[in-house]
Amino acid sequence: MDSDAMRVDGNAVSGILGEVFFQEMTAARIACGGCGKVEAVGAEHVYTQAPGIVMRCCHCDSVLLVVAHTEQTYRIGLGKARWLELAEER
Amino acid sequence: MARAAVRGRLSWVLGEVVELIDETSRVRTIVLDVPDWPGHRAGQHVDVRLTAEDGYQAQRSYSIASAPEDERLSLTVEGIPDGEVSSYLVGELRVGDMLELRGPVGGYFVWDVQMGGPLLLIGGGSGVVPLMSMLRHHQASAAMLGARLLYSSRSWDDVIYRDELERVTSSTNGPEVVHTLTRSQPPGWTGYTRRVDSQMLAETAWPASSMPSAFICGPTPFVESVAAALVILGYPPASVKTERFGPTGG
Repeated sequence: MDSDAMRVDGNAVSGILGEVFFQEMTAARIACGGCGKVEAVGAEHVYTQAPGIVMRCCHCDSVLLVVAHTEQTYRIGLGKARWLELAEER
Repeated sequence: MARAAVRGRLSWVLGEVVELIDETSRVRTIVLDVPDWPGHRAGQHVDVRLTAEDGYQAQRSYSIASAPEDERLSLTVEGIPDGEVSSYLVGELRVGDMLELRGPVGGYFVWDVQMGGPLLLIGGGSGVVPLMSMLRHHQASAAMLGARLLYSSRSWDDVIYRDELERVTSSTNGPEVVHTLTRSQPPGWTGYTRRVDSQMLAETAWPASSMPSAFICGPTPFVESVAAALVILGYPPASVKTERFGPTGG
């Protein structure tokens, strides 16, 4: 299967992102340092077949974030995400 | 951090299976009674976790099919051949079983009646599930907004929620439902028989000038081609929300 067909989106990883960030993340906004575009996390491209999840910019394909979960830790790989904007506590 | 953890961390809860509905030969709706369910928004998911006797765990995310107004939580699951979670849910699960779940999750691919419309829902195969939650929410709230569903299935027998869709479209202020059947059609079928394309969207989608809210869910290539076509029809990209299945990992 080619990589396009392997793609899902940020909606598919709302559970694990919630584990890491302690809140709903698909509506959070993320800015790509590769092309400058800002999108909702839910709209970004996600690949879940790697060990861990890889989030790529839906415009320029830059790797934004990598999240790997082992038994003891979550490691957040910082890619080209320039900033991430989360809602304040409601 | 303790406070944040209490606030934001979702915990796994148990729901009891109270009804199983075979929607098609491969698709089943699981109706659950979940004590203290916090409620959900149309379009959200839950994560379902199965634990084997040896402790091995597998989890998958499934869209919620029920409306926020419904008393019980329902999930509709397509059985994927060799899918380690879905084949259990569709084939083995029985009424009275307990299912471990976590949610609701998701805040992007959601629609509340307050968000307005008209509503344009475009689904491919079991991508109709979160859209059905939105349609049910639309019906339950008696919204005076138009709602249209364009729904692509392989055949008439593969149409999930077929009877309910027939029923609601004939009701007053009911949504409009347009089917396309891409592989085989029943005798006398006069509807669409091809994959969703720009011509079909031009014929069925609300004009962009009416400022619709569009939601597309299905396999990745379906979602991406439909979203691109809507943007060409003049829909602002921010008004088109997408949810991709990708390769259904089962």
